Amino acid sequence: MTPRTTRIVGFVAFAAFVVFVAVLPTFIGDFKAREYSYVGIYLIALLGLNILTGYTGQISLGHGAFMAIGGYTTAILMAGNEQFGGPIPSGMKDVWTLPIAGLVAGLVGLAFGIPALRLSGLYLALATFAIAVAMPSTAKRFEEFTGGGSGIQLFGTPELTGSISNVEIFGLSFSPNDWMYYLAWSIALVAFAVAWLILRGRTGRAFRAVRDSETAAVSSGVSLARYKTLAFGISAAYAGVAGGLFAIASAFVNPDAFPVALSIYLLVGIVVGGLGGLSGLVFGAIFIAFLPLWAQGQDLGSLLPDRIIQETQKPGGPAMVYGIVLILLMFVIPNGVGGLFRRIGQLISSRRYSRAK
Amino acid sequence: MIVAAFSDFMQQVVSGLASGGIYALLALALVIIHRSTGVINFAQGEMATLSAYIAWTLTVNHGLSYWPAFVACLAISFGGGVGIHRVVIRPVERGSVLRIVIVTIGLLVAINGFVIWQWGGEPQQLRSPFGTDTYDVGGVIVAAHDIGTIAVALGIVLLLWLLFRFTKVGLALRAAAVNPDEARLVGVRVTWMLALGWGLAATLGAVAGMLTAPTVGLDPQMMQAVLIYAFAAAILGGIDSPIGAVVGGLLLGVLLNMLSYLSQYDAFGWFTEELRLPAALLIILVVLLVKPTGIFGKPEVKRV
Repeated sequence: MTPRTTRIVGFVAFAAFVVFVAVLPTFIGDFKAREYSYVGIYLIALLGLNILTGYTGQISLGHGAFMAIGGYTTAILMAGNEQFGGPIPSGMKDVWTLPIAGLVAGLVGLAFGIPALRLSGLYLALATFAIAVAMPSTAKRFEEFTGGGSGIQLFGTPELTGSISNVEIFGLSFSPNDWMYYLAWSIALVAFAVAWLILRGRTGRAFRAVRDSETAAVSSGVSLARYKTLAFGISAAYAGVAGGLFAIASAFVNPDAFPVALSIYLLVGIVVGGLGGLSGLVFGAIFIAFLPLWAQGQDLGSLLPDRIIQETQKPGGPAMVYGIVLILLMFVIPNGVGGLFRRIGQLISSRRYSRAK
Repeated sequence: MIVAAFSDFMQQVVSGLASGGIYALLALALVIIHRSTGVINFAQGEMATLSAYIAWTLTVNHGLSYWPAFVACLAISFGGGVGIHRVVIRPVERGSVLRIVIVTIGLLVAINGFVIWQWGGEPQQLRSPFGTDTYDVGGVIVAAHDIGTIAVALGIVLLLWLLFRFTKVGLALRAAAVNPDEARLVGVRVTWMLALGWGLAATLGAVAGMLTAPTVGLDPQMMQAVLIYAFAAAILGGIDSPIGAVVGGLLLGVLLNMLSYLSQYDAFGWFTEELRLPAALLIILVVLLVKPTGIFGKPEVKRV
């Protein structure tokens, strides 16, 4: 396929996907819509993480912490922290807190990007992992800002849209679950388009150059410092927006809402979705949102023998399945579902070319 | 007054050395694996937790007394470590860094899930082999478990040193780590040596886990924080230096306890227990930025 036809196919696929996302709630029902809104939220975080890890080659095991920063920003702006003795009053409507959540997390990401410049590979993985582990206790320590261990409740606050009644907007009425779904997915689709725009141009080329060979990138005039910190900043901003939405969707934040496992799941998501590709990330997001449920036999219940379901429904069972699936994936499809699709696409197109000859 | 303050201080040093000894053992496990296979094993903490649970179930459910259970647990852990390397790590060893990181993360998640699945999430009590006695040494109250921990940690470090320095296997292990290709040419069975390294690391982790459990309680998350301290210790001492890991571990244990001790004074009042982990994170970052090779590491020269 020529680049031109590839791009047209891409546009058509994206448009089809937008339509699919728009009509999905009418088929899956109200309750499922909320579950699928988490897929949209994870997709945003995965897009950000993939800009950093897939395109710029910097491993982060700490993106759950950036989500936490976004989540706390949103929650504090909505409910305020005067109740714990902090300085910030309540009263910001949930949707308007999201850009600020992205901005705050992005700035922290930029700041962390500077020391991260000197770390690479395993060391960066280690340092970011330490961030993920240290985040919950840090949130507990600064109680007057974060509400400590019990966190901040958002349910029933006037700032939370559609927490009790239906949401009326543009002359349409949405149930709270549908509203959450459409909010998460409209932001996710915009985030997708923005990521595509960033990555297709000069900046994206610089990112890929840094990933493929730092030495070669520097000798071609790409500033490592500039692009690595930029990648960290953008990536953290995405995570911040996702974290803000996460807080809105769950209607609370506390230190345990952003555990180390979340950071790990995000990394898993981009690996399943395929590093260095965007469309595959949808599968990554579905995977991390639903595998814990699948492992308990939900939806797939009839496909698996009862005995296995009984075992995996015990506490710890899903995590065990998750870990094993993760390792197997690394053996079987190291380039993720996205890579698998690209592979199949290549096979088909190369066949077509060889026939034409 | 001053005497009382001094004995308080010394008490903190001793218990700092004890927790430092545990960090040192786990850090040593990380260093052994990093030296031989170039992998940072994120599952090291969970492997240690699993070992501690095995020791617990051997004593409680199978009626073994402590020391036979201890030895059996070390043997099982060693076998498990070798097995993990053969089955899980070897296929991805030559792949990208990300793949290796993800496989060890997968192990972390799977082992943690297995422990909860098998033994439930509630904390259990693994007793200390040294009892709960305390001794009064010139006004300083020291716990028998702390002294025992320090002794076991130092004893194991000594044993490892003897193994690496004076035995043929130790020489082969070092050769396989330093230059696998040439080692293979002179007849060292490199892949088995790497597996052996993983076995040793798992054994060290088992000891660390069994020594941690009596003080903090045996629960599935107990090694998560210890793993970060061990990372910090290994980085502080130099990720490729076994001596560095030991010194780094002891130093970190004492340092963190000093901060806790000082927090009774106004100037350090801001330091609370919740800041222990962030402090370790800060140490990791500062060392990696200021002196990435750690105290004992040698700078790596890269050819372009």
